[in-house]
Amino acid sequence: MHHELILAGFGGQGVLLIGKLLAYAGMRAGLEVTWMPAYGPEMRGGTCNCTVVLSDRQVGSPVTSRPHGAIVLNLQSIDKFEPMVRPGGILVMNTSLINRPASRADLTVVPVAANQIAQEEGSVKAANMVALGAFLGASGIVSKDLVEGVLAETFAGRQKIVQLNLACLAKGVEIGRTCARPPSAA
Amino acid sequence: MAKKLMKGCEAIGEAAIQAGCRLFFGYPITPQNEIPEYMSGRLPQVGGTFVQAESEVAASNMLYGAAGAGCRCLTSSSSPGISLMMEGVSYLAGAELPVVIVNIMRGGPGLGGILPSQSDYFQATKGGGHGDYRLLVLAPSTVQEAADLTMEAFDLADKYRNPVMILGDGLIGQMMEPVEFKPGIDPAALPDKAWATTGAAGRPPNIVNSLFLKAEELEQHNLDLGAKYRAMQSEVRCELYRADDSLDVLIVAYGTVARIARTSVDALREKGLKAGLFRPVTLYPYPDEALARAVERARQVLVTELSMGQMVEDVRAIVAGRAPVAFYGRVGGMVMTAEELAEQAEKLAAVPA
Repeated sequence: MHHELILAGFGGQGVLLIGKLLAYAGMRAGLEVTWMPAYGPEMRGGTCNCTVVLSDRQVGSPVTSRPHGAIVLNLQSIDKFEPMVRPGGILVMNTSLINRPASRADLTVVPVAANQIAQEEGSVKAANMVALGAFLGASGIVSKDLVEGVLAETFAGRQKIVQLNLACLAKGVEIGRTCARPPSAA
Repeated sequence: MAKKLMKGCEAIGEAAIQAGCRLFFGYPITPQNEIPEYMSGRLPQVGGTFVQAESEVAASNMLYGAAGAGCRCLTSSSSPGISLMMEGVSYLAGAELPVVIVNIMRGGPGLGGILPSQSDYFQATKGGGHGDYRLLVLAPSTVQEAADLTMEAFDLADKYRNPVMILGDGLIGQMMEPVEFKPGIDPAALPDKAWATTGAAGRPPNIVNSLFLKAEELEQHNLDLGAKYRAMQSEVRCELYRADDSLDVLIVAYGTVARIARTSVDALREKGLKAGLFRPVTLYPYPDEALARAVERARQVLVTELSMGQMVEDVRAIVAGRAPVAFYGRVGGMVMTAEELAEQAEKLAAVPA
């Protein structure tokens, strides 16, 4: 097992956080993990991304130009990262902020209205959790339980936040399991 | 201690604490601010002191004082900040003071940029400050190794009474990986430093100095330092990856770039090309003999760095014409991809023997 994932969106959407949660859960699952933020002279509201590598062997390159999957939370991110995903890979796209369909037919595409769903659950701030859930549901790379455990520890003592995030994660997993559109025959 | 997911910078900070370091002097600069940030929070918890100096020059001279008093101490900076420290570093080397200096390199020259680079190899391994001196230079490739080498750096600094540099790039500083720390050291349990200026109660005063006005004395001092640097040769360390058989291409890389090269080696092997990796862990002293042995089995050598070509000069000197040595570098904060590097290696492998 070796999976390179890019997570991208606006600064403030929480892509670095869901990347960390996934890396932590991967570590708990006994995998080798690396979390690498793209850092640069970014401005508030600018784009933001990180790479998470989960592997059953020592992680080589911590950055990737050909990820196995991408979680994109805004239009700029899908424009930038969709072309890079390996054929047969997973693309989780936030349809709340992306007003076009995916252009690749050779990917498993998971459209998810992350902002709307998070808003219905209580706060748009947890849209990132919906997207992470969708990825977990579609990929099965690490179990939802492990992510839930890490989430509860990360927000320990803030029960309302934990509940909101767990609910959003669960919604996302459900969508990932049922709504993923497999690659069409190329 | 259980494994924790930490940024390279934080792991370096925690490793210093575990090594018994209780003093940090530094001045902020991207991309290593997580080290002073971490130390500013952590040192007071263990009875240590964090000082944000007024400048890098000041920080390096504060190190001189603290190390002269026999304390384990740390500074960290990034390329332009390290340049500012160079006067102090030369004095530390001249006065034979054990300190640990972390350089999380960014692109240069001048202010350059804030993105990853390896363009301070010359500065770290060949001098940087004035005078005949050497730092012991360690180049970690994973966050775990950054932690382990930082802990060891304090022991090596004490063993040789010499400044030790941890040379990383922005990638290793910023990336998070699982890390586990070796059992910590109580600074009170460290052996006394008989040479340190700890107050001359009941003994003649110790003097920590780098000034030798008599030529005969300074020559002797330089000879002694030279003997010490030769003794440091026993610390050479390197890693070979899939480089045991005869090779079409031997890639030579250090630090984070070596990880990218590792991925390239796997991809090349899948294509049936015999590729291997040589990764120096100590950049000074350089693992000359191990490299020379690895090169004997290789038809082509490809050195890759985030620079215009610095370590490649050492590799060429060691290979000494026994195999062609090619170079591939990315600069300015751009980082080569594993595919890009594999392509370079493939081109070399296609050259007929």
